Amino acid sequence: MKKNNTPQDKRLLKRKRAESRLKAYGIVSICLALIMLITLMTSIGLNGYSALQQAYVKLDVKVESLNVLDEDGFFSKKKALLFNWDGVVRNSFLSNFPDVTKRSEKRALRSLISTNAGYDLRQYFKRNPSDLNKDITVWLTVSDDFDQYLKGRFNTSVPEKDRRLSNQQIEWIKFLSTNGKVDLKFNKGFFTNADSREPESAGILGAVVGSTLTLIVTMIFALPLAVMAAVYLEYFAKPGRLTDFLEVNINNLAAIPSIVFGLLGLSVFLSLFGLPRSAPLVGGLCLGLMTIPTIIIASRASIRAVPPSIKDAALGLGASKMQAAIHHVLPLAAPGILTGTIIGMAQALGETAPLLMIGMVAFIIETPDSFTSAATAMPVQIFMWSDSAERAFYERSSLAILFLVGFLITMNSLAVILRRKFEKKW
Amino acid sequence: MVKKLNYKFEIKGVNVFYGSKQAINDISLNIEENKITALIGPSGCGKSTFLRCMNRMNDVITNCRVKGKILLDKQDIYSDKIDPVQLRAKVGMVFQKPNPFPKSIFENIAYGPRIHGLGSTKAELSEIVLDSLERAGLINEVKDRLDDVATGLSGGQQQRICIARAIAVNPEVILMDEPCSALDPIATARIEELMNSLATTYTIVIVTHSMQQAARVSQNTAFFHMGDLVETGETGKIFTQPDEQRTQDYITGRFG
Repeated sequence: MKKNNTPQDKRLLKRKRAESRLKAYGIVSICLALIMLITLMTSIGLNGYSALQQAYVKLDVKVESLNVLDEDGFFSKKKALLFNWDGVVRNSFLSNFPDVTKRSEKRALRSLISTNAGYDLRQYFKRNPSDLNKDITVWLTVSDDFDQYLKGRFNTSVPEKDRRLSNQQIEWIKFLSTNGKVDLKFNKGFFTNADSREPESAGILGAVVGSTLTLIVTMIFALPLAVMAAVYLEYFAKPGRLTDFLEVNINNLAAIPSIVFGLLGLSVFLSLFGLPRSAPLVGGLCLGLMTIPTIIIASRASIRAVPPSIKDAALGLGASKMQAAIHHVLPLAAPGILTGTIIGMAQALGETAPLLMIGMVAFIIETPDSFTSAATAMPVQIFMWSDSAERAFYERSSLAILFLVGFLITMNSLAVILRRKFEKKW
Repeated sequence: MVKKLNYKFEIKGVNVFYGSKQAINDISLNIEENKITALIGPSGCGKSTFLRCMNRMNDVITNCRVKGKILLDKQDIYSDKIDPVQLRAKVGMVFQKPNPFPKSIFENIAYGPRIHGLGSTKAELSEIVLDSLERAGLINEVKDRLDDVATGLSGGQQQRICIARAIAVNPEVILMDEPCSALDPIATARIEELMNSLATTYTIVIVTHSMQQAARVSQNTAFFHMGDLVETGETGKIFTQPDEQRTQDYITGRFG
């Protein structure tokens, strides 16, 4: 075989080397990105997985029905409110430790139980009134420190005076666990509760509902406006200075820091229109303003991707521009528009800054039930939890991040699937 | 004996500009009713532009300006009184590349009548569709699969779908912009046959690159070159004894 020494051979060799170099760079950068992603997700996952479980303590309780039911035998809200549920929980819990008599010790013991345990007990009897007047065992949530200790996330090497659990309290916890009185169970409350001051009762349902309501408003507001704007710009706008100006500004809008949309929302929707603060309605409008440019750009691109021959065919038959657009071009552009919309929505879902400005950063313990009730959103909830002192909020914010990321992955995969499904070939 | 000619289109002094570039220079041409008129000429000579003026398809092209008069049945189609949408229902168009909608065959044909309100009930629409397919000579090939997607047909069938779609709205004129350039000779022959049978009802103007095709199907021919109308007349005369040297050169294949 001939040696590679002619100029052509050398050039060929050089070209091949350059090509494989470029390929290697690509593989390396993808690997780097993957490693970073995996590191990030693993660390969040390791922090967050334990929030899927929650420590519960087993208590024997008995509640007389006359304390809770009204004359007709129905659950009485008024009576239930007045009844000392915390007392029932406390007495039952203290009965595990008959030798504890000092007031200060009793208080220390009591603090191991969640302050919301009494409320949980009330809710239990509201759901199961047939268990009244009976000796029953219930599993109630313990305090966040207790919970963290059981999960091995409590640092006992810290000097006792700087710890949230004293040595005595740790002894009690050990006593309870060796007697099978405590257990880690699936943390259902995380998915069915709204926010709370107490980490053990805090859940993301309120934020999920808030985010959903907000996104519904965003979608209803942004999608039609953006698609109409795209159709106008592509089909009706006369090319010229004005159209160029509009185009530049739409691209600009897509790049504007989102907090600016929050400020706009604050001054226009709240101050000028007097809409309620902290409401999904306002949040949705702000995020909608932010999403419109994204959808316009995606829609224009997909409208332009429809072969012009389709438009010509419709116009040649005597369809108006409007009919050509609505009957033929938009249906063909729909997969692209849909993809753009979902990506814009995903972006809106992860957005915090505009919501800060319109008061959706708030401690709200009720799951929102309308577009105008006070609500918060998932990223804001994560922001607030990660800002809290309690260790238990830390794992909860990690789990909430995983939940949010899962949500985003679902939305983006949906975009891909829909595009694959509806894409027409011609 | 002087033959009384019926002109469907009377075109007087038409100039077309794309921005500052002039594509068509002062063309005047008459188009006879129920005849096939072929526009021939080398690429870029303005024949497609000219064709697109006749149903104002150039309106949608930005920067395109049309000056002069185009009279359809003695009425200027560029006057303010004419709605281009109505005009295009009267003057249908078939394009170079078959462009059926990516919908069913039935929907393709029914679309035009539907937007013009020609058939209000399903039965009426169905009648129009079948009638159009029959006139386009397609009925036997597609009658059992009207619900199939039209883009799945062969190129020639797709083009005949487009012709059927154009005649479904009952136009008076059909403009064809190189309708056979993407088709094989057999499909071309079928379309030419179809054009001949349609010419009894419609006025047809066809742009073509194939001089044989022009010679085969048309009664009148107009030769364009560099935006000018060089010569026009009966097809037989243009192809046998043209008056102009340029026409002679083109049809004998010396350029173009």
